[in-house]
Amino acid sequence: MLNDAETKKLYSVQLCSVRGRRSTLIVHTLCCRRSVKGHLVSDMANPFRGQVIKLYRTLLYLGRDYPQGSAYFKERLKFAFMKNKDVTDPDKIQKLVARGNSLIKELEAMCFLRKYEVMKKKYCQTKK
Amino acid sequence: MSGRVLVGVKRVIDYAVKIRVKPDNSSVVTDGVKHSMNPFCEIAVEEAVKMKEKKLIKEVVAVSCGPQQAQETIRTALAMGADRGIHVEVTGKDYETLGPLQISKIMAALAKKEEAQLIILGKQAIDDDCNQTGQMTAALLDWPQGTFASEVSLEGDKIKVVREVDGGLETIKINVPAVITADLRLNTPRYATLPNIMKAKKKKIANMKPADLGVDITSRLEVLRVDEPPQRQAGVKEHKHGARNLAEGTL
Repeated sequence: MLNDAETKKLYSVQLCSVRGRRSTLIVHTLCCRRSVKGHLVSDMANPFRGQVIKLYRTLLYLGRDYPQGSAYFKERLKFAFMKNKDVTDPDKIQKLVARGNSLIKELEAMCFLRKYEVMKKKYCQTKK
Repeated sequence: MSGRVLVGVKRVIDYAVKIRVKPDNSSVVTDGVKHSMNPFCEIAVEEAVKMKEKKLIKEVVAVSCGPQQAQETIRTALAMGADRGIHVEVTGKDYETLGPLQISKIMAALAKKEEAQLIILGKQAIDDDCNQTGQMTAALLDWPQGTFASEVSLEGDKIKVVREVDGGLETIKINVPAVITADLRLNTPRYATLPNIMKAKKKKIANMKPADLGVDITSRLEVLRVDEPPQRQAGVKEHKHGARNLAEGTL
């Protein structure tokens, strides 16, 4: 595991105030931890790294509107990704990424439906 | 009709946030609170973008009035498909007293400047619930208006609008140019995905002040006090047998 000093160094490398970049920062830290753990997986060799990062960023962005709170969602998302961080089989990785991509559509639909319901209740009186 | 559409978007406190009133009862707490685009404005942007995709109009221009943060709302509109944005900068005290009258004056001035054929707005904002901007804009421009639109279609050089009113649905045909305000059931707004937001950064947002448009934004209204709604009174529990006895007694 990275100690405090190394973690601080990683954070200071990519510190940026633009919100989208912050998620890259988190993922970069995650990936570096993986390499530091000695899995001999260099950043360039893993072809799925780009897909995984893109998926994480998209889900993190959508999680801002999660009905039960963005902090709750972020925690669960990180846990889910960290749980599978040692998977190396390409087929398994593909399946996990596909599952993540289907989750994107589900999240969009869920957030929209909730908003629609709240708006309808507030602004559209049902005909008596 | 192949012209330009102006879409007004407003930055409001997110619909899911619990609103808190400031201790001095002057206004609600807005610092550090999540803001997003007014849901009805999202529906308005979606309608404009849909028209552009059907090649019924040429250009969609997103307009927002407010401080620097209003640019975020314009970027969301650009990510949903608008072509360019106009940010009318209003800050500080002027922004706190900015209301439908001032916005409609600004929209009217912009419509004349940009030679817009159509203005699409949300029917009301979820923070002030005024439901006035669309109507006032149409009056200032002397344009016909189709408010509470749940369906909009172009027929030749006229617009057919199905309006949701208390009695049901009303279908009207109005001339172009016109003002339309979007109701909830008009369409399903698309989500502004991350890649689209990145692409939207390349689109232009013009910056201007109300004075550049010759608009006077002094308010005619003064907010005296803001209070929370009264706490719900505890209901009175009715005794089941008591009600029955009462009924039998009257018989």
